[in-house]
Order: sequence, then structure tokens, then C-alpha cells
Amino acid sequence: MSGFQTNNKVISWLDERLPIFSMMQHSAIEYPTPRNLNYWWNFGSLAAFVLVVMLLTGIFLVMNYSSHTSLAFDSVERIMRDVNYGWLIRYLHMNGASMFFILVYIHMFRNLYYGSYKAPREVLWWIGIVIYLAMMATGFLGYVLPWGQMSFWGATVITNLFSAFPVVGESIVTLLWGGFSVDNPTLNRFFSLHYLLPFVIVGLVVVHVWALHTVRSNNPLGVEMKGEADSIPFHPYYTIKDLFGIGVFLMFFMAFVFWAPNFFGEPDNYIPANPMVTPPHIVPEWYYLPFYAILRSFTIDLWIIPAKLQGVVAMFAAILILFFLPWLDTSKVRSAKFRPLYRQFFWLFLVDCLVLGYVGGKPAEEPLVTIGQVCTAYYFAHFLIIMPLLGKIEKPKALPASIAAAVLKEKA
Amino acid sequence: MRKLILSALTATALFASSGAALASGGGEPLMKPGFSWEGFFGRYDQTQLKRGFEVFNQVCSNCHGLRLVAYRNLADVGLTADQIKEVAAAREIADAPNDEGIVSMRSGRASDKYISPFPNDKAAASANGGAIPPDLSLMAKARVGGPNYIYSLMLGFKEEAPHGVTVPEGKYYNSYFPGNAIGMPPQLMEDLITYSDGTKASPEQLARDISAFLNWAAEPELNERKSLGLKVMIFLAVFTTLLYALKRQIWKNLH
Repeated sequence: MSGFQTNNKVISWLDERLPIFSMMQHSAIEYPTPRNLNYWWNFGSLAAFVLVVMLLTGIFLVMNYSSHTSLAFDSVERIMRDVNYGWLIRYLHMNGASMFFILVYIHMFRNLYYGSYKAPREVLWWIGIVIYLAMMATGFLGYVLPWGQMSFWGATVITNLFSAFPVVGESIVTLLWGGFSVDNPTLNRFFSLHYLLPFVIVGLVVVHVWALHTVRSNNPLGVEMKGEADSIPFHPYYTIKDLFGIGVFLMFFMAFVFWAPNFFGEPDNYIPANPMVTPPHIVPEWYYLPFYAILRSFTIDLWIIPAKLQGVVAMFAAILILFFLPWLDTSKVRSAKFRPLYRQFFWLFLVDCLVLGYVGGKPAEEPLVTIGQVCTAYYFAHFLIIMPLLGKIEKPKALPASIAAAVLKEKA
Repeated sequence: MRKLILSALTATALFASSGAALASGGGEPLMKPGFSWEGFFGRYDQTQLKRGFEVFNQVCSNCHGLRLVAYRNLADVGLTADQIKEVAAAREIADAPNDEGIVSMRSGRASDKYISPFPNDKAAASANGGAIPPDLSLMAKARVGGPNYIYSLMLGFKEEAPHGVTVPEGKYYNSYFPGNAIGMPPQLMEDLITYSDGTKASPEQLARDISAFLNWAAEPELNERKSLGLKVMIFLAVFTTLLYALKRQIWKNLH
């Protein structure tokens, strides 16, 4: 590490008192990165990019939004019709939320495939899950703000889930609502929290990157960097690669914004909220659908535990189980590249999640209910049975001696 | 790379299927007449929007509101300033209190939002046998299928309900309406209105034009959106290609 050097007296004066230039040099320029990262490693920086887009568009939307039940819907329509480029800002924000989840889901599945959550990256992985949870909360809160039919009824259904908890459930729901139904106090607190949480996410991202820079990036081979030959400096190699990724991603993002801006939305949300009329089919946003399917797959009351409580507990457990993954996965080998059995179960798990998402978006009818129940069972079995067992019975392929050795062998 | 493509395909399939999952409505599959603004380069046809406005103004607006659209916006569909004033002045709205605090009625202005036919929902329901004619400002976005739904609904009335289906008193059978019993009577008939551009007003023509007008009412930004989108895409394609070339150049020395 050469450290930061400059001939500019002002910069060096400042850097001696507050080493921001040294820090940038250390963390964004020299930062040693595995030389073999593939394009799946672009999704972290892409997610960070979308976070910034969401913050900026959100700040401008707030300038024209009114968080009162009698004004919210029309204020959003005013943004769409009368505010200069308001339609663009809102469509960027609306579709940006879906993009954020697409990127983060890919980022998470890349983690699962390459075993990035294993030692010494457990805490990095934990912070990532906390970011994901904060995103889910933020997305839900934001979807309520336009105060359309799906906003209102989605908020009613999701907040009602908390009533499943014994004793304290009803009180929690009253607290969330700020009253005895989803109404103006609900909208106001949701708006406040929707503005707050993204900044919490920014803080978490800083910690996430901090943890990353401590343990360094994993890589497709899943073996640690050992020497100079294994790593390359972040700049210019990964700055340009990330920028190129942003260009490709923007084309995907903009295709939706300009040509199919309501693709991810629900038509019902263009009907103003009406507490007297329930939509025939209430669905949450697409990114919650797998968990919605898990929630709904519990249909039988057991002893004193009602089906609803089982569903709610299972839904939360489905995410919380990820925290334990570094220990549930007993294999010493990280990358699925060298784990012939795990590789197959990884794809099976991905399909399982996609099917759950599909089931979650459909009305609860047979045979989908049974399919959802089987997929829910498999979801938990993947973590609780398959992952611990695989590490014991699988015979991994031989790992390369080093990243450089593998890369050079591939070239030859 | 093969896996990347495979995953992209899987993701696309997921989105396509979830889109289909959301498209659960009532009744038959919608008719798709094909509209000028569909597709990558599609734009509104202003002469069609104007015809659609004529249908709305002369027929629909007797029962339905368009409260999010201002009269001044009608310039987009090809009305002149004088025509806009004339359309606006056809209805009255409560004025601001005068210096004595008396509220009187004044005729509409270009800057007003489209004045709804009924002063409130109760009045609307009482005049329409209990059913409130919905405001049409966002109808083309608020129903699965959007303009295709409007087109199908307008042409979907059946004089005789299918065997075994009873339509309640004061309701009409429509193949495309959720539940099939709609409060609105059939509207479209041959030569319902006389188009100012001389187009023959067949029911299909009327349905197509009103669907177009209502799509404009819901998405007035569409022309601007698609034309900006095209510029953005061209820029991004060039910019991303340059970034890729630069990436190749920088990484060349490495291996």
C-alpha cells in the first residue's frame, strides 16, 4: 500500500487534519479486490446506485406530496399532470423500488451460490439481511402513500397480521394505525417513517461496506486472496466495470420507466382509497409475494395456535432463518462451483422461491394452495435439512491453490 | 455467461407470469382493437383524441366526471382556446365568496378542472338508480387491460343474458363487466353523434375513439414520455458502448 501523496499544500494540510483523501485512496482506489470477480459482483454497486436514485427522486416527490387522506391521491395525480417532469420523477421512484428489489434479490442469490455468507463474512451477511428488512418496510410504507385502493387495503391486511400475536397483538395494531382503523394518522406516520428509513438504510450500507472492506470481497472461486497476484486495485478495474454495469442496468430500468411504467403496479391503485369497498383480490407488491405465499400456506388451526399466527411466525422465520445460514451450511467449501450437489439444490431453491412468488400473486385456490404448502415446506427444509446434511455427505471438487493459479490456468 | 442468460430468462418468465397473475378480472378475454399509441414508437392520433373528446363531451359527460383533467388540457386533443372556453362555460361551479360573503354560481373557465355532472356522490347515486357513475379520469389505468377494457365494455352489452343468468332490475348484461350486471345502459349506437371531421360514427368507431380519449385523460404525458424515452435510450446505448470499450481497454493489460 503506497498511501496517499500529493504536492498540493492545501490538500495535504486538510488531509493531515481530516484524512478524507487518504481514506478515498485507501478504500476506493487501492482497495485490493479479487481479480476474478464476474458480473454477478456488479449488483452491490448497482443497488447502491438505485438507493441514491430513490433518495433523490423521493426528496423531489415530497416537495409536491400531501400526506392527508383527503389530499394524498390528488396530490400524486397533480405530480403526474401538472408538476414539470413530475411523471418522470414519480415513475422513476415507483419503478426504482422494483429495480432495487430485483437487484438485491440477485445480489442475495449470488451470495447463496458462491457461499459469500460463510466465515469470515457472517457479519457482512447479517447487515445485508437487516438492509433487506429495512427495504421491505420502506417499500411497504411507500406503497401506502398514494392512498389508492391497494395502498389502503394492503396496509389494512399487512398491519392486521400483527394482531395474530397473542395478548399484545391488538395493541400493536392500534399503535401502528394510530387509531382503530387505517386512517389519516396511519398515513401520516407511514409518510414520516418512509422518509426516515431510507436514511437508516444509507447508514446500514455504510456499515455494510465497512464490514466488506474489513473482510474483503469473496469471489467466484470462493478461496481467499493470498498474495499480490490474486488481487487488483479497485480503481480503475472495478470502477469502470461497475460504471459499465450501471449503463446496462439503466437501459433495463428506463425501458420500464418510459414504455411500461405501470408494469409492476396494480390497476386498483389508480382508484382512490375507499374503506367501504374491498377490492376482490388484495395482493401486496410483487417483491413480497413469496413471503405472502408462506403466510397463506398455513390453513389449519392447531391446538391453541391459530393458522394465522402460524403463518405470521413462518413468514418472519423465513427471513430470520437467513441469519443462521452461516452455521446451517456445514460445508467448508464456499463456491457452488466446487460443490456438485449443492449447485443442484441451489437452483432447486431458486425455483422454489419463484413458484412461491407465483402462488403468492394468485387467489388462494386449489391446486395452488397445496403447491404453496409444498414449496413452503421445501423452503424451510432447504435451510434446516438440506444445507446441514449436504456439508456432511457432499464430496467437493478440489479447490485451486490460489485465484491467480486458477485464472492463469484458464487462460492457458 | 450462459447462466447469466438463463437467469435473465427465468426472471423474465417470472415477471411475465406474475403479470398474468395480476390480470384476473371478470368475464371474457378482452377485445384488442389495436391502438395508435401501442408499441415502441406509438403515439396518440390527435384527430382520434378529438373525436373521442366529442363522444365524451356529448355523451359520457352527462353522467361521468373527469375531475383530474383541466379544460385547458384539451388543447392537447386539438381544441382551440375559444373552443375550450366554450366547453368550460357549459357548466357552472360555485364561485369564491364575494365581498359580502355571498357565494354565487359562475360558469366554468379554462383553468378549472372538468366540472362533474353531479354535485356529490349522493346526487349521482340518486339520479342513477343507486349506482354512482365512476369518474373517468384514470379509468384507462385503473382497470386490468386499460383501453382494451373500455373498448370491450362499450361493445360488450348483450340484449339477452345467457341462459340461466338473471340480471337484476335496472341492470344490464355486459360480457366484460365483473359480475356481468352493470348499472350503465348500452350507450353506443349507429350515428350516436355527428363527428366534426365527418368520420362515420359506427359503434366500433365510437368505442375506439372514447377509449383513446380516456387513455389520453389517464396518461396525458404519453407522447412526451415516449419521445424522451427514445432520446434517453439512444444516449444510454452510445454511452454504455463507450464504457464497455473503455472497460475492455483497461482490463486488456491484466490478463
